[in-house]
Amino acid sequence: MILAATMGPEPYLILGAILFTMGAVGLLIRRNALVMFMCIELMLNAVNLSFVAIARQLDDIGGQIAVFFVLVVAAAEVVVGLGIIVSIFRRRQGATADDLSVLKG
Amino acid sequence: MLAEQFVFVIGALICLLGAAGVIGFRNPVHSALSLVTTLFGIAVLFIALDAEFLAAVQIIVYAGAIVVMFLFVIMLLGVDQTDDIGFEPLKGQRPAAIVAGALLVVGLVAIIVLGAITGEGSANAEIQAKVPNVEQLARSLFTDYLFAFEITSILLVIGVVGAVTLARHRREAFIDQDLPHDELPEPDPTPAGEVAP
Repeated sequence: MILAATMGPEPYLILGAILFTMGAVGLLIRRNALVMFMCIELMLNAVNLSFVAIARQLDDIGGQIAVFFVLVVAAAEVVVGLGIIVSIFRRRQGATADDLSVLKG
Repeated sequence: MLAEQFVFVIGALICLLGAAGVIGFRNPVHSALSLVTTLFGIAVLFIALDAEFLAAVQIIVYAGAIVVMFLFVIMLLGVDQTDDIGFEPLKGQRPAAIVAGALLVVGLVAIIVLGAITGEGSANAEIQAKVPNVEQLARSLFTDYLFAFEITSILLVIGVVGAVTLARHRREAFIDQDLPHDELPEPDPTPAGEVAP
Protein backbone atom coordinates (compact mmCIF):
# COMPACT_ATOMS: atom_id res chain seq x y z
CA MET A 1 0.00 0.00 0.00
CA ILE A 2 1.60 3.19 -1.17
CA LEU A 3 -0.82 5.64 0.40
CA ALA A 4 -1.10 5.75 4.14
CA ALA A 5 -4.78 6.66 4.33
CA THR A 6 -7.38 5.77 1.71
CA MET A 7 -10.71 7.16 0.64
CA GLY A 8 -13.93 5.21 0.84
CA PRO A 9 -15.44 3.76 -2.33
CA GLU A 10 -18.33 6.26 -2.53
CA PRO A 11 -16.60 8.90 -4.72
CA TYR A 12 -15.58 6.19 -7.17
CA LEU A 13 -19.09 4.75 -7.23
CA ILE A 14 -20.62 8.19 -7.85
CA LEU A 15 -18.14 8.82 -10.68
CA GLY A 16 -19.03 5.41 -12.08
CA ALA A 17 -22.74 6.24 -11.90
CA ILE A 18 -22.18 9.54 -13.73
CA LEU A 19 -20.05 7.89 -16.43
CA PHE A 20 -22.60 5.10 -16.86
CA THR A 21 -25.40 7.63 -17.27
CA MET A 22 -23.40 9.65 -19.77
CA GLY A 23 -22.85 6.48 -21.78
CA ALA A 24 -26.54 5.59 -21.65
CA VAL A 25 -27.64 9.08 -22.69
CA GLY A 26 -25.08 9.11 -25.49
CA LEU A 27 -26.36 5.74 -26.70
CA LEU A 28 -29.87 7.19 -26.87
CA ILE A 29 -29.14 10.54 -28.49
CA ARG A 30 -26.42 9.73 -31.02
CA ARG A 31 -27.30 8.33 -34.43
CA ASN A 32 -23.91 7.15 -35.63
CA ALA A 33 -23.62 3.41 -35.01
CA LEU A 34 -19.91 3.63 -34.20
CA VAL A 35 -20.42 6.39 -31.63
CA MET A 36 -23.20 4.32 -30.06
CA PHE A 37 -20.70 1.49 -29.75
CA MET A 38 -18.23 3.81 -28.03
CA CYS A 39 -20.95 4.78 -25.55
CA ILE A 40 -21.39 1.10 -24.71
CA GLU A 41 -17.65 0.93 -23.98
CA LEU A 42 -18.09 3.95 -21.73
CA MET A 43 -20.79 2.17 -19.75
CA LEU A 44 -18.65 -0.98 -19.42
CA ASN A 45 -15.78 1.12 -18.08
CA ALA A 46 -18.01 2.83 -15.53
CA VAL A 47 -19.01 -0.58 -14.21
CA ASN A 48 -15.35 -1.70 -14.15
CA LEU A 49 -14.50 1.29 -11.99
CA SER A 50 -17.22 0.35 -9.52
CA PHE A 51 -15.98 -3.25 -9.46
CA VAL A 52 -12.46 -2.23 -8.55
CA ALA A 53 -13.63 0.27 -5.91
CA ILE A 54 -15.81 -2.38 -4.24
CA ALA A 55 -13.00 -4.94 -4.51
CA ARG A 56 -10.77 -2.72 -2.43
CA GLN A 57 -13.53 -1.93 0.04
CA LEU A 58 -14.31 -5.61 0.66
CA ASP A 59 -10.64 -6.59 0.43
CA ASP A 60 -11.44 -9.22 -2.17
CA ILE A 61 -9.48 -9.82 -5.37
CA GLY A 62 -12.60 -11.24 -7.04
CA GLY A 63 -13.72 -7.78 -8.16
CA GLN A 64 -10.54 -7.34 -10.14
CA ILE A 65 -11.02 -10.78 -11.69
CA ALA A 66 -14.49 -9.70 -12.77
CA VAL A 67 -13.00 -6.63 -14.46
CA PHE A 68 -10.56 -8.91 -16.26
CA PHE A 69 -13.41 -10.96 -17.67
CA VAL A 70 -15.37 -7.84 -18.60
CA LEU A 71 -12.33 -6.68 -20.58
CA VAL A 72 -12.19 -9.95 -22.49
CA VAL A 73 -15.92 -9.92 -23.22
CA ALA A 74 -15.71 -6.28 -24.33
CA ALA A 75 -12.91 -7.13 -26.74
CA ALA A 76 -14.88 -10.05 -28.23
CA GLU A 77 -18.03 -7.92 -28.42
CA VAL A 78 -16.23 -5.11 -30.24
CA VAL A 79 -14.77 -7.56 -32.77
CA VAL A 80 -18.16 -9.06 -33.61
CA GLY A 81 -20.00 -5.74 -33.46
CA LEU A 82 -17.57 -3.96 -35.74
CA GLY A 83 -17.75 -6.93 -38.12
CA ILE A 84 -21.52 -6.51 -38.27
CA ILE A 85 -21.19 -2.75 -38.79
CA VAL A 86 -18.62 -3.22 -41.56
CA SER A 87 -20.76 -5.79 -43.37
CA ILE A 88 -23.86 -3.58 -43.10
CA PHE A 89 -22.33 -0.26 -44.03
CA ARG A 90 -19.83 -1.41 -46.64
CA ARG A 91 -22.12 -0.31 -49.46
CA ARG A 92 -23.76 2.68 -47.83
CA GLN A 93 -22.69 6.24 -47.40
CA GLY A 94 -23.48 6.99 -43.79
CA ALA A 95 -23.30 4.85 -40.69
CA THR A 96 -26.37 6.13 -38.92
CA ALA A 97 -28.72 3.71 -37.24
CA ASP A 98 -31.67 5.30 -39.06
CA ASP A 99 -30.47 3.83 -42.35
CA LEU A 100 -31.36 0.35 -41.08
CA SER A 101 -35.06 0.45 -41.76
CA VAL A 102 -35.49 -2.83 -43.63
CA LEU A 103 -37.99 -4.16 -41.11
CA LYS A 104 -40.14 -1.03 -41.23
CA GLY A 105 -42.47 -2.52 -43.83
CA MET B 1 -5.61 16.72 1.38
CA LEU B 2 -4.88 13.07 0.88
CA ALA B 3 -2.74 12.11 -2.06
CA GLU B 4 -5.53 9.80 -3.22
CA GLN B 5 -8.09 12.60 -3.19
CA PHE B 6 -5.79 14.67 -5.39
CA VAL B 7 -5.38 11.77 -7.84
CA PHE B 8 -9.12 11.09 -7.76
CA VAL B 9 -10.06 14.67 -8.61
CA ILE B 10 -7.65 14.78 -11.55
CA GLY B 11 -8.67 11.34 -12.82
CA ALA B 12 -12.37 12.10 -12.45
CA LEU B 13 -11.98 15.35 -14.39
CA ILE B 14 -10.15 13.52 -17.19
CA CYS B 15 -12.89 10.86 -17.29
CA LEU B 16 -15.78 13.29 -17.33
CA LEU B 17 -14.27 15.57 -19.97
CA GLY B 18 -13.54 12.55 -22.16
CA ALA B 19 -17.06 11.18 -21.71
CA ALA B 20 -18.56 14.56 -22.59
CA GLY B 21 -16.39 14.56 -25.69
CA VAL B 22 -17.55 11.08 -26.73
CA ILE B 23 -21.19 12.11 -26.78
CA GLY B 24 -20.60 15.72 -27.82
CA PHE B 25 -18.20 15.69 -30.76
CA ARG B 26 -19.76 15.59 -34.20
CA ASN B 27 -16.85 13.78 -35.82
CA PRO B 28 -16.57 10.07 -34.89
CA VAL B 29 -12.77 10.30 -34.98
CA HIS B 30 -12.85 12.98 -32.29
CA SER B 31 -15.26 10.83 -30.28
CA ALA B 32 -12.85 7.90 -30.48
CA LEU B 33 -9.97 10.05 -29.28
CA SER B 34 -12.11 11.35 -26.41
CA LEU B 35 -12.82 7.73 -25.51
CA VAL B 36 -9.05 7.22 -25.20
CA THR B 37 -8.98 10.15 -22.75
CA THR B 38 -11.68 8.58 -20.60
CA LEU B 39 -10.01 5.17 -20.67
CA PHE B 40 -6.74 6.76 -19.62
CA GLY B 41 -8.45 8.55 -16.72
CA ILE B 42 -9.96 5.27 -15.58
CA ALA B 43 -6.51 3.66 -15.72
CA VAL B 44 -5.24 6.43 -13.43
CA LEU B 45 -8.07 5.69 -11.00
CA PHE B 46 -7.25 1.97 -11.16
CA ILE B 47 -3.73 2.78 -9.98
CA ALA B 48 -5.17 4.87 -7.15
CA LEU B 49 -7.26 1.82 -6.21
CA ASP B 50 -4.18 -0.46 -6.10
CA ALA B 51 -5.10 -2.38 -9.24
CA GLU B 52 -1.87 -1.93 -11.19
CA PHE B 53 -2.29 -4.88 -13.52
CA LEU B 54 -5.75 -3.76 -14.60
CA ALA B 55 -4.45 -0.24 -15.22
CA ALA B 56 -1.80 -1.60 -17.57
CA VAL B 57 -4.29 -3.90 -19.30
CA GLN B 58 -6.74 -1.02 -19.61
CA ILE B 59 -4.20 1.02 -21.55
CA ILE B 60 -2.95 -1.90 -23.64
CA VAL B 61 -6.26 -3.54 -24.52
CA TYR B 62 -8.70 -0.63 -24.57
CA ALA B 63 -6.62 2.33 -25.71
CA GLY B 64 -4.19 0.22 -27.71
CA ALA B 65 -6.43 -2.33 -29.37
CA ILE B 66 -10.12 -1.51 -29.14
CA VAL B 67 -9.96 2.21 -29.93
CA VAL B 68 -7.48 1.58 -32.73
CA MET B 69 -9.96 -0.92 -34.16
CA PHE B 70 -12.69 1.73 -33.91
CA LEU B 71 -10.51 4.21 -35.79
CA PHE B 72 -9.66 1.54 -38.35
CA VAL B 73 -13.34 0.86 -39.02
CA ILE B 74 -14.15 4.58 -39.18
CA MET B 75 -11.48 5.06 -41.81
CA LEU B 76 -12.39 1.84 -43.66
CA LEU B 77 -16.02 2.87 -44.00
CA GLY B 78 -15.13 6.43 -44.83
CA VAL B 79 -17.67 7.76 -42.39
CA ASP B 80 -15.38 10.31 -40.83
CA GLN B 81 -17.64 13.12 -41.98
CA THR B 82 -19.37 15.16 -39.34
CA ASP B 83 -22.64 13.97 -37.90
CA ASP B 84 -25.71 16.17 -38.06
CA ILE B 85 -26.53 16.39 -34.37
CA GLY B 86 -29.38 18.84 -34.81
CA PHE B 87 -31.47 16.42 -36.89
CA GLU B 88 -33.87 14.45 -34.74
CA PRO B 89 -35.62 11.57 -36.50
CA LEU B 90 -37.84 10.70 -33.54
CA LYS B 91 -39.59 13.77 -32.22
CA GLY B 92 -39.00 14.32 -28.52
CA GLN B 93 -36.61 11.40 -28.13
CA ARG B 94 -33.64 13.52 -27.17
CA PRO B 95 -35.28 15.49 -24.32
CA ALA B 96 -36.82 12.24 -23.10
CA ALA B 97 -33.38 10.58 -23.13
CA ILE B 98 -31.86 13.45 -21.15
CA VAL B 99 -34.68 13.36 -18.58
CA ALA B 100 -34.32 9.59 -18.26
CA GLY B 101 -30.57 10.00 -17.81
CA ALA B 102 -31.05 12.62 -15.11
CA LEU B 103 -33.47 10.32 -13.28
CA LEU B 104 -31.02 7.43 -13.62
CA VAL B 105 -28.09 9.36 -12.18
CA VAL B 106 -30.20 10.75 -9.34
CA GLY B 107 -31.39 7.27 -8.48
CA LEU B 108 -27.94 5.72 -8.60
CA VAL B 109 -26.34 8.48 -6.53
CA ALA B 110 -29.17 8.24 -4.00
CA ILE B 111 -28.54 4.51 -3.63
CA ILE B 112 -24.80 5.09 -3.18
CA VAL B 113 -25.18 7.93 -0.68
CA LEU B 114 -28.08 6.56 1.35
CA GLY B 115 -27.28 2.87 1.21
CA ALA B 116 -24.40 1.06 2.84
CA ILE B 117 -22.03 -1.39 1.21
CA THR B 118 -22.85 -4.82 2.50
CA GLY B 119 -21.24 -8.18 1.92
CA GLU B 120 -18.10 -9.91 3.02
CA GLY B 121 -14.88 -10.44 1.16
CA SER B 122 -14.26 -14.09 0.45
CA ALA B 123 -11.86 -15.82 2.80
CA ASN B 124 -9.43 -17.22 0.23
CA ALA B 125 -9.31 -14.16 -2.06
CA GLU B 126 -8.20 -11.57 0.42
CA ILE B 127 -6.01 -8.78 -0.95
CA GLN B 128 -2.62 -8.97 0.75
CA ALA B 129 -0.63 -5.76 0.84
CA LYS B 130 2.73 -7.56 0.68
CA VAL B 131 2.01 -9.75 -2.36
CA PRO B 132 2.19 -8.07 -5.78
CA ASN B 133 -1.10 -7.40 -7.51
CA VAL B 134 -0.24 -9.47 -10.60
CA GLU B 135 0.66 -12.49 -8.49
CA GLN B 136 -2.58 -12.36 -6.53
CA LEU B 137 -4.65 -11.97 -9.71
CA ALA B 138 -2.85 -14.85 -11.38
CA ARG B 139 -3.22 -17.12 -8.35
CA SER B 140 -6.94 -16.43 -8.18
CA LEU B 141 -7.47 -16.64 -11.93
CA PHE B 142 -5.76 -20.00 -12.34
CA THR B 143 -7.26 -21.64 -9.29
CA ASP B 144 -10.72 -20.36 -8.36
CA TYR B 145 -11.66 -18.98 -11.76
CA LEU B 146 -9.95 -21.56 -13.97
CA PHE B 147 -13.17 -22.80 -15.54
CA ALA B 148 -14.33 -19.28 -16.39
CA PHE B 149 -10.88 -18.61 -17.84
CA GLU B 150 -11.13 -21.64 -20.12
CA ILE B 151 -14.64 -20.64 -21.22
CA THR B 152 -13.20 -17.23 -22.09
CA SER B 153 -10.84 -18.85 -24.57
CA ILE B 154 -13.82 -20.46 -26.31
CA LEU B 155 -15.50 -17.05 -26.40
CA LEU B 156 -12.47 -15.50 -28.08
CA VAL B 157 -12.35 -18.26 -30.71
CA ILE B 158 -16.06 -17.74 -31.41
CA GLY B 159 -15.41 -14.00 -31.72
CA VAL B 160 -12.62 -14.51 -34.24
CA VAL B 161 -14.66 -16.95 -36.32
CA GLY B 162 -17.69 -14.65 -36.18
CA ALA B 163 -15.70 -11.61 -37.27
CA VAL B 164 -14.16 -13.49 -40.21
CA THR B 165 -17.56 -14.83 -41.26
CA LEU B 166 -19.26 -11.44 -41.02
CA ALA B 167 -16.60 -9.30 -42.66
CA ARG B 168 -15.76 -11.71 -45.49
CA HIS B 169 -16.37 -10.30 -48.94
CA ARG B 170 -19.05 -12.46 -50.50
CA ARG B 171 -18.87 -13.12 -54.22
CA GLU B 172 -22.51 -14.01 -54.81
CA ALA B 173 -25.28 -11.65 -55.85
CA PHE B 174 -25.72 -8.57 -53.75
CA ILE B 175 -29.28 -7.60 -52.92
CA ASP B 176 -29.91 -4.15 -51.58
CA GLN B 177 -32.76 -4.98 -49.29
CA ASP B 178 -33.84 -1.38 -49.01
CA LEU B 179 -34.78 -1.25 -52.70
CA PRO B 180 -37.73 -3.16 -54.10
CA HIS B 181 -36.61 -5.83 -56.53
CA ASP B 182 -38.58 -8.24 -58.64
CA GLU B 183 -35.73 -10.44 -59.71
CA LEU B 184 -32.28 -11.05 -58.37
CA PRO B 185 -29.62 -8.78 -59.82
CA GLU B 186 -26.59 -10.07 -61.67
CA PRO B 187 -23.67 -11.34 -59.58
CA ASP B 188 -21.32 -8.57 -58.57
CA PRO B 189 -18.56 -8.44 -61.22
CA THR B 190 -16.24 -6.45 -58.98
CA PRO B 191 -13.27 -8.63 -57.98
CA ALA B 192 -12.49 -9.02 -54.33
CA GLY B 193 -10.43 -6.23 -52.84
CA GLU B 194 -11.85 -3.51 -55.04
CA VAL B 195 -14.44 -1.11 -53.73
CA ALA B 196 -17.71 -1.29 -55.64
CA PRO B 197 -18.77 2.05 -57.14
